[in-house]
Amino acid sequence: MTHTVIFDYGAGNLLSLKTALEKTGLTTSIGTTAKDLIQADAIALPGVGNFATSLKKLNPIKETLRTKVSEGTPLLGICLGLQLFFESSQEGPGDGLTFFKGTVKQLPNVLKVPHMGWNTLNIVKSNELLDGIAEGTYVYFVHSLYPAPQDSNIVITKTTYGTTFTSTVAQKNIYGTQFHPEKSGDVGLKILKNFAKIITR
Amino acid sequence: MTLSKRIIPCLDVDHGKVVKCINFLNPKCAGDPIELAQRYSADGADELVFLDITASSEKRDLMCKYVTGVARAISIPFTVGGGIRNVSDARLVLCSGADKVSVNTAAVENPNLITELADVFGRQCIVCAIDAKRNPTPADGKIMVQTAGGSVWFEVVTYGGRKPTGIDALAWAMDAETLGAGEFLVTSMDRDGTKDGYDLELTRSISERVNVPIIASGGAGEPKHLYEVFTQGSADAALAASIFHYNNYPIPLVKEYLYKMGVTIRS
Repeated sequence: MTHTVIFDYGAGNLLSLKTALEKTGLTTSIGTTAKDLIQADAIALPGVGNFATSLKKLNPIKETLRTKVSEGTPLLGICLGLQLFFESSQEGPGDGLTFFKGTVKQLPNVLKVPHMGWNTLNIVKSNELLDGIAEGTYVYFVHSLYPAPQDSNIVITKTTYGTTFTSTVAQKNIYGTQFHPEKSGDVGLKILKNFAKIITR
Repeated sequence: MTLSKRIIPCLDVDHGKVVKCINFLNPKCAGDPIELAQRYSADGADELVFLDITASSEKRDLMCKYVTGVARAISIPFTVGGGIRNVSDARLVLCSGADKVSVNTAAVENPNLITELADVFGRQCIVCAIDAKRNPTPADGKIMVQTAGGSVWFEVVTYGGRKPTGIDALAWAMDAETLGAGEFLVTSMDRDGTKDGYDLELTRSISERVNVPIIASGGAGEPKHLYEVFTQGSADAALAASIFHYNNYPIPLVKEYLYKMGVTIRS
């Protein structure tokens, strides 16, 4: 059995992600310590909370997480979880995990913020995470900030809302979505199934 | 491509069963929350809202049970409201599996609740529900809106529509946004249960004044009403209950109609 640990920053609904990952056949548990992470076959950083507050919760496990990822453990970041992969965020102070160069920026106020609801994916690069997902597919977003990676090679999809931003990133064993696959109906489950396939192979 | 307009079936829950109220009175039984949630999700609902009208001590246990059941059964977002009075009520609902909480009377009586909730959970999961009623009598400081039926202001009513507060709904919405509301669920008490269409002037007046999404509610009787509220009413999402519950207009049919009318809809 491959086991995914969902890291808990202590702010809100983790049940949806847990249930959705379990529907793909993975076993899961909620983790808060470095010890919890060590045994993980895969790690998920969920999308609830605030950049600065979550970093405080993440700080004690940062090194363990970096080691696990460098050893090849698949990592999936969702929404805020993805934003934490970068260097810094306009949402609050603190150094992110810096898996990728770049920052997290505030969405422009030209449209209503948060960007909340179903919007489309423009696939710019193929990746196994999105196997079977068609161009223009609708997925569920709820966020006020977006990642601005320096390296365009990690960009898998883009989405437009006031500005065109990166909505999926991937490089080696690190995957991130700005949208919520666990809230995106059958399409989201398909994406999580792809992630499960990546872990189990 | 752009953000789609959301279609949101609303399920009023009493003692763990879905009911539909006409003008917030006279509950009429319609079904099991988990079953209905699955049906709506499969039908293409973009989101769901559960409003719990149970007023009893066993409420919290009952609520957690079906909220968890719904969270396990579907993978689209859902909001739970009804009697959420503090951070611990909200935590219970969110940790049971809801994505957002909606607050109404408790926030009108204690506006700081919105800030407390937004600070802990993030503003994106705080829905401020406003029940409003047209008031034709001009009063000091009220924002008068010109409507087809004459000049009115919109008064906030609480306790499920029973208590007029004297508070201007437009002013309250602007305050609540500043306090940390991430979304508004605006219900017209004049239209609720009538099937005469949404109060377009109400939703538009609020939508023009805030920069967070508006869910329009109260009065949907046919697909045309959703079209009107998305276009003339400037709503970001439309909530409806009876037109979906009794299968008069299934969601795919409503979506197909809106799509043909040029509204951006998730297919």
